[in-house]
Amino acid sequence: MGKVIYIFDNDISTDAIYPGRHMATVLPSETPQFCFADYTDLNKKLNAKEYPTGSVIIGGNNFGCGSSREQAASTILGHGLVVIAKDFARIFLQNAINLGLNLITCPEIEADLDDEIEIKGDKVLNKTKGKEFSTIPLPAARLAIVEAGGLVAYTRKKVIEKYT
Amino acid sequence: MGLTIVEKILAYSTGKKSVKPGDVLEPEVNVAMSHENAALVINQFTEVWKDTGLSPNVWDPSRIAIIFDHRVPAESSKTATNQKKIRNFVKENGITKFHDIRSDEGGICHQILAEYGYIKPGYVVVGTDSHTTTHGAFGAFAFGIGATEMASVWSLGTILNVEVPETIKIVVNGKFKPNVYPKDLILYIIGKISAQGANYKVIEFHGEVIRNMPMSGRLVLSNMSVEAGATAGIIPGDEETIRYLRKAGVNDDIIPVLPDNDAKYCKIVEINADELVPQIACPHTVDNVKPITDVKNIKVDQIVIGSCTNGRFDDLEIVAKILKGKKVAEDTRMLIFPASWQIYKKALKEGLLEVFSDSGAIIMNPGCGCCLGVHQGAIGDGEVALSTTNRNFKGRMGNPKGDVYLCSPAVAAVSAINGFITSPEGVK
Repeated sequence: MGKVIYIFDNDISTDAIYPGRHMATVLPSETPQFCFADYTDLNKKLNAKEYPTGSVIIGGNNFGCGSSREQAASTILGHGLVVIAKDFARIFLQNAINLGLNLITCPEIEADLDDEIEIKGDKVLNKTKGKEFSTIPLPAARLAIVEAGGLVAYTRKKVIEKYT
Repeated sequence: MGLTIVEKILAYSTGKKSVKPGDVLEPEVNVAMSHENAALVINQFTEVWKDTGLSPNVWDPSRIAIIFDHRVPAESSKTATNQKKIRNFVKENGITKFHDIRSDEGGICHQILAEYGYIKPGYVVVGTDSHTTTHGAFGAFAFGIGATEMASVWSLGTILNVEVPETIKIVVNGKFKPNVYPKDLILYIIGKISAQGANYKVIEFHGEVIRNMPMSGRLVLSNMSVEAGATAGIIPGDEETIRYLRKAGVNDDIIPVLPDNDAKYCKIVEINADELVPQIACPHTVDNVKPITDVKNIKVDQIVIGSCTNGRFDDLEIVAKILKGKKVAEDTRMLIFPASWQIYKKALKEGLLEVFSDSGAIIMNPGCGCCLGVHQGAIGDGEVALSTTNRNFKGRMGNPKGDVYLCSPAVAAVSAINGFITSPEGVK
């Protein structure tokens, strides 16, 4: 489905994903321009649309730690990227689920730049390496939000139930 | 089976007798806090109600708190426009816990919630700010959420699909040595259990050190629990909680929620405070913690005192005691941000601000901007900041080419005089 375009270390914070100085920009339609703004090459290539939808970034442990800023999820979503990491920090994972950003928790993932990755059910297939890795599925409670098409749609349904 | 504090709070807020880790619940929210990112919450809230045939309606305007603190006064036209949009929303919806950019009501959101007595033991508190964990210091279950999730809370008054977290018990006994503070303790804990050591879990703090700690210190522990990945950091309510809240003007019942004796913890960590020395979190992760004696010959370009972690009156008092009659080193600049205007005015009245200005430190207005690099106090390429704030991530203080070290107010003040990171040991 996509090539690996970047490999990150452990503990990538939401400050790294979406630096604080751009936080006055809030709308999901406007946040993608500042995606990984301090990784200037990556940011430039993302904004030049050099990477097709479904391109993959690889994270280590605790990807998305720190601030609760939702821009960190909407900025990656805007570029159509998929994030595969060993694990994710709580608020970032929840924000991603709420907005429909595809995060895949894959504790054993092995991948190098330009490797071809495919998601097959609950497995990540690294086609270049010919290796398959297990993923940790979302808890059922969170899956319900994904299946509703995100938290806005999920809440809208609840609002109609509650107030009509 | 006995229950932990968070289990009791979640059982109560959902009308259940008992809950266990992994249960999925929809607890009622007592306080829902936002700051300038309410601009995004309003956007998502409008989206939720679109095409429902209903007019958008917040569930309870008295339980929503909005406090301007991240960029005050506005640093750009964009921020000013966001703040204007939020102000209009506050008026239209009759939101009562609103704190504008004013010296008679303003400050950093987490300090305002505390000093106005908005949080009580047993509450479920959510905030669109990761340091919402701060309010665990009052024995509440308080945690950070995103803007869309807050739009959902504003609409329904509940927080959807909360999974009951497991609890780590941290017991701190003994006594701090002179010049060792709650900040040193929490940095030590984060270094010990790591930045993800408490991911998806709640920390409960116990032990004689916690029982003897004033609220100003407890707020530091709960505030930085999130830097170990914790969903919340809870301190059992006691006489100190009640004393603080009465002083903050709470007149009705305050009933601490305590864990059962046979509560089940996923892990217990015991710490002897007698052995603790001042700690430093080195760049670029909060768990890169070392005893100060291991950090040598680091010249400091900027000292920052403040934030929702360490900008309280007690912190300013420690700094003033050390700075009195001394000067900030020649090639070092020092910025002091009281955490609220109440603190600012008390510091003014008690002569602390005079000590600061005589020493060469700059007294800033209360706000968060410097800590997260969005408003004033950015550092230059290759510069070093030593700060009492809570995060040292790459780029945090406005520049990915600078280094941020985190410490207690005492370490920051002594280092300001020397111009190098310095241990406060021996300082009276």
